[in-house]
Amino acid sequence: MSDIVEAFLAALRLILSGDPEFLGIVGLSLRVTMGAVAIAAVIGLPLGALLATLRFPGRGAVIIVFNALMGLPPVVAGLFVYLLLSRSGPLGPLGLLFTPLAMTVAQTVLVLPIIVSITRQVVETMWEEYAEQLRSLGSTTMRAVPTLLWDARYQLVTGVLAGFGRASAEVGAVLIVGGNIAGVTRTMTTAITLETGKGNLPLALGLGMVLLTLTLVINGAAHAVGQVGRRAGG
Amino acid sequence: MRGEPTILPLRLSGVCYEAGGRVLLDGLDLTLNGPSRTVILGHNGAGKSLTLRLCHGLLRPTRGRIEWLGPGAAMAGRSRHAMVFQRPVLLRRSVRANLVHALSLAGIGGRGTRRCLADEALERFRLTDLADRPARVLSGGEQQRLALARAWVLKPEVLFLDEPTANLDPAATRAVEAMIDTFHGEGVKVVMTTHDLGQARRLADEILFLHAGRLVERAAARAFFESPQSPEAAAFLAGSLSF
Repeated sequence: MSDIVEAFLAALRLILSGDPEFLGIVGLSLRVTMGAVAIAAVIGLPLGALLATLRFPGRGAVIIVFNALMGLPPVVAGLFVYLLLSRSGPLGPLGLLFTPLAMTVAQTVLVLPIIVSITRQVVETMWEEYAEQLRSLGSTTMRAVPTLLWDARYQLVTGVLAGFGRASAEVGAVLIVGGNIAGVTRTMTTAITLETGKGNLPLALGLGMVLLTLTLVINGAAHAVGQVGRRAGG
Repeated sequence: MRGEPTILPLRLSGVCYEAGGRVLLDGLDLTLNGPSRTVILGHNGAGKSLTLRLCHGLLRPTRGRIEWLGPGAAMAGRSRHAMVFQRPVLLRRSVRANLVHALSLAGIGGRGTRRCLADEALERFRLTDLADRPARVLSGGEQQRLALARAWVLKPEVLFLDEPTANLDPAATRAVEAMIDTFHGEGVKVVMTTHDLGQARRLADEILFLHAGRLVERAAARAFFESPQSPEAAAFLAGSLSF
């Protein structure tokens, strides 16, 4: 029991000390995850909205695939990106494997289905309500997409934060394509895995606390955005 | 009145509409011309709202033709008729942003012009105090007034209204009717449906009476209410009175 308390206190000291290695790991994690969420949002928000408003053959199948991909195991996403980027893979010549960019790509693959599916769901409900009125005002379906995305903004922020939560918590994908190289591709989750194995509990625990705090902040933010949205009649 | 060539008259010839194997509108022939106020009456399911949606172009007739015959209709550009629904759908934005968005969809003005036009409409209908409020938290009456202001800002030549006061209290109903008067006063052709016979008497110049998807009677409002010619219309008025 006292071991745990000791490790806990050491972790706190580590967080407060501003240790450069520690901060480097936290910083890289945030950069990779935020990059992935940004890319996934830029692609996923319009894609989800189009999927909600357009009717085309095979639409149902596309929706099912994106829904299923929400449950894609991170290691499988990592493996997929690994195969693409490995030296013999189609994108091998770019030399991206074991770089932060490769990790960002892998996490984008994980986050994109979440953002697409949530956007599709939210926008589809809103489109049912808006379609006739917007057509009456002269809007085409394409022109309705930015209108709908903006009007669904509060709910969509929640969806994007859900994507952020998934990416920041996963180990498998960044481990496979990043390789957990100290100072280069070591993130909070991969470091926790490694340091726990090595018995360096203070570092693992310290990173775990940062990760947990981050999750709390994200959920708090999602809740706050939801409240603001409800007050605005959303 | 807007200095543009008119799009009227609107001619419906042999218009039928079927959905789910049921004939909802059966051989509608009529020509609408301005600027008199036309009120469409009839029981639920008679095809009143459907007729407005077809005229406005939200639905296509299964058979028959709907044509705008005026010289303005052939000119390219934005639609010159607007519609206000029973339940207004307002965007999840401020009152002013709702008007600006409608102007933007219609391709009217630049950013600055749209804001000016929006403020002018708000002023016109005494909604200025609400300009920055989220539109979705307005009362039902205020929402419908905003929906009418949104139609007004587009400067339509024809305005379709589908039971615009069905969900409103008497005060809000009066405010909406005053706005409809404003449209009429500015030369806009008003075509509306209502279940409120008092409202029909107050607003209508002429009545179209639909029954089971057919146009049964068309008459000047006064004549219609004093001596309906068709037995269906007579029964409709009698039923409403006894109710």
